[in-house]
Amino acid sequence: MSSRREFLRISFIGAGALAVAPGLIKAAASVKDPSSAAGLRVDLTRTPTYCEVCFWKCAGWVYKTSEGKIWKIIGNTDDQHCNGRFCPRGTGGVGMYYDEERLKRPLIRTSDRGRQQFREASWDEALTLVATRMKDIISKNGPESLALFTHGSGSTYYTNIFKALGSGNIAEPSYAQCRGPRDDAFFATFGEEAYSPEITDIRDTKCLVLIGSHIGENMHNGQVQEMSEAIDKGAAIITVDPRFSTAAAKSKFWLPIKPSTDIALLLAWIHEIVYNGYYDKDYVEKYCSGFDKLKEHVKDFTPEWAYGITTLKPDLIRKTAKEMGNASPSVIVHPGRHVTWYGDDTQRVRAVAILNALLGSWGRRGGLYRPAKATVPSAAIPKFKDPSKTWQDLFPGKYPIATSPVTNVIIDASIPDNKPGYPIKGWFVNGTNLSLTIPNQPNTIKAIQNLELLVVVDTMPMEITGWADVVLPECTYLERYDTLRVSPHRRPSVALRMPAAEPMYETRPGYYIARELAVRLDLAEYFPFEKIEDMLDWQLKKIGSSLEEMKKTGVRNFERDTDDLYFAENEAVEFGTDSGKIELYSASFEQSGFDPMPKFVAHEEPAQGYYRLIYGRAPMHTFSRTSNNPNLTDLMHENSVWINPKTAKEWAIKNNQYIWLKNQDNVISDFPVKVRVTERIRWDSVYMVHGFGHNQKQMKRCFGKGASDTQLITKVLTDPLMGGTGMRGNFVTFITDKAGTEVAL
Amino acid sequence: MRYAMAVDTKKCVGCSDCVVACQTENNVPIGYCRDWVVETTDGTYPQLEMELRSERCNHCVNAPCVRCCPTGASHFDEGGIVLVKQNKCIGCGACIASCPYDARYPHPKGYVDKCTFCAHRLKEGMLPACVSVCPTRCLYFGDLDDPSSSVSLVLKKRKHKVLIPEAGTNPQLYFLF
Repeated sequence: MSSRREFLRISFIGAGALAVAPGLIKAAASVKDPSSAAGLRVDLTRTPTYCEVCFWKCAGWVYKTSEGKIWKIIGNTDDQHCNGRFCPRGTGGVGMYYDEERLKRPLIRTSDRGRQQFREASWDEALTLVATRMKDIISKNGPESLALFTHGSGSTYYTNIFKALGSGNIAEPSYAQCRGPRDDAFFATFGEEAYSPEITDIRDTKCLVLIGSHIGENMHNGQVQEMSEAIDKGAAIITVDPRFSTAAAKSKFWLPIKPSTDIALLLAWIHEIVYNGYYDKDYVEKYCSGFDKLKEHVKDFTPEWAYGITTLKPDLIRKTAKEMGNASPSVIVHPGRHVTWYGDDTQRVRAVAILNALLGSWGRRGGLYRPAKATVPSAAIPKFKDPSKTWQDLFPGKYPIATSPVTNVIIDASIPDNKPGYPIKGWFVNGTNLSLTIPNQPNTIKAIQNLELLVVVDTMPMEITGWADVVLPECTYLERYDTLRVSPHRRPSVALRMPAAEPMYETRPGYYIARELAVRLDLAEYFPFEKIEDMLDWQLKKIGSSLEEMKKTGVRNFERDTDDLYFAENEAVEFGTDSGKIELYSASFEQSGFDPMPKFVAHEEPAQGYYRLIYGRAPMHTFSRTSNNPNLTDLMHENSVWINPKTAKEWAIKNNQYIWLKNQDNVISDFPVKVRVTERIRWDSVYMVHGFGHNQKQMKRCFGKGASDTQLITKVLTDPLMGGTGMRGNFVTFITDKAGTEVAL
Repeated sequence: MRYAMAVDTKKCVGCSDCVVACQTENNVPIGYCRDWVVETTDGTYPQLEMELRSERCNHCVNAPCVRCCPTGASHFDEGGIVLVKQNKCIGCGACIASCPYDARYPHPKGYVDKCTFCAHRLKEGMLPACVSVCPTRCLYFGDLDDPSSSVSLVLKKRKHKVLIPEAGTNPQLYFLF
């Protein structure tokens, strides 16, 4: 067998600059050089921030030149999220500020929706128009006909407005398109979610099990740092992935599983751990309920049974189960983060939770620790109205265990043909590009075309802004205060974000936008502080600090109330489940009509000539939001489609060739995508990094670069428990005959 | 004093933070870079091995770029760091052609540019920008003449290699594997 050798430079290289793409040079010329005349050794001032390029929210320092220009961003050494080290996206966050293609002024639509004809408007005109139209919808249809889609730091402000209006339709794609099944599964098992940042004690683990999680490619900073530390300490990593991910390459065991069969593997692992006595017997006896039922349930799920489904050799399944057992309780079967894959995701993550329970890792060193969170008081505001109708009333009976409003339910309810319990007439979208976030794009567009109002707040002219009636341009996180970062971690802490520069153009901070809107909706009393910095100072003084102090430190860590990061020996623990125990057998699932313990159900497989579309992350980009950032685009400016050499040979497809992808519903990618022929992907699947293939011309650096996985995800496998949108049941084939034509890059 | 860097390929995840941190720290124009990441994969599915390396100028002891520079712009600085004096460089590109590691690029302002091991930061007692930012702490930097420096210690403990040893340049960028 001849060995294949691949060689590629992930980043653009020095000497290769001779062959640099003209687009890159042009982009460089139009970006302001942050410290051109100032030189390197200047009197630098620094201001604290926490990063907004992803949800990890690392705290850092923004350094400026003596001329006051933003130069660089460096991690805050006191911060638990980053330990003084930002990831590439945080380091490249300066590009968000300097991106000359940012939204600059409020825009009001002048033509048909989606034709992208706007006129510039003043803030007063734009906000007054939004308030008038919102009031109009409320008077005709009630406040619940208005929905908020939101992500990121500004969420609190707009959430306040919607709650004050009496609408509970506040949905985050981070639930039904991402973490929802995980948090619901952990909640059903432990009575507690897996949190963000996750409570994984990776730095002290002996064994880290990753089910499709590609830590290192998903640049969740603290986890990447701790995985590296664990590697140094000799921890065993077990990675389950049809793709040879970066984490797989660092693993003691890589299980190249057939996609969509994870539950079979998890059940076989549970079988091995139960029937070989690898589980933590004292822990299970003391804390868990339903062990006997589980034992009976997994009786026949042997490694041999799983082999036929997963294509993983029984010996490998046995060895890895034993490895986990040997490491127990310092073992983490990682809860994952983006887990909406096949529509049975809550049950799959339940199996993950059950494994952690059997191995005794919840509440243990090297397993999953108990987080602590600072308590920051809120100023007194009038009581929110109870919504007279909730999202559950849109399609009664759907998704009974969902713990958060479901984006896709609200979208479906915006289409009158679907006959929802009551109509959704207006959307307010903050910081989430629904066009590249929600699968089945035609459905989203149909919903938008039925709306009476679509308002979008963003920093960039993302696709969703093109559909808006009113676009409200927010300034970047480097130009604004925001609410304190209060995230759970090993120690309670707060972090401050303050502006390093004045807002560029006619952009405004989220707090300003929300408060000015609230004033126009007669809800000013819900924003008692005219300026957010006054609120921050008031809050900080209540917890023994002040805005002045936090400007100097950026982060303040507190001691835990009690030394309870891990369970004490024989500690009596009351879990948040109905039974107060860790529920291996979920009575609440059973009551809702679902399997009390996970079962494997086979999924549809690709037809001849089609390949399962798997997508993931690159460490230098966050979703589709960073695709136009000049610094990050410089690191990666397009995605590629990974194809196994065997498959490529069948199709006579060459490495670096541009092809189009067509899915099972005959949707063809808007743009051609570069082929990466690589052994790192299974022959029955293809892989792409999510967030590329933008079709918004205003973003010149990313327009037409690569293909959009979201566009090709038209088939949605919805989780019947909580409404999550499983997105890995789509199959693509290749169109090569157009590939010889000129590609504008 | 002999500055050197070691890159732990077992820990590097190829995130390119070293690249963007260098670009912002040193005002490298967008479209160019002084360091970069290389990925190599060997084998066939599912018997695979992959190596990730953060690469840059090797600050060779026997540096062809210094030898071939017609104006003396390329020179050895304190600790063996190979630097380019911008005002002496005529941009002829002889050094670019001579470097076996492709570590140099022509700066749009007319001179040749490359990694300096962040000499300006070393003078202030700080580590190079790439080393101080790396989330996986896979970069080790220090003085090889000092047996207690982190780079000396890690090279003593771990298997390591250099790139293109046959070029005879005696490179000072080591890769742990």
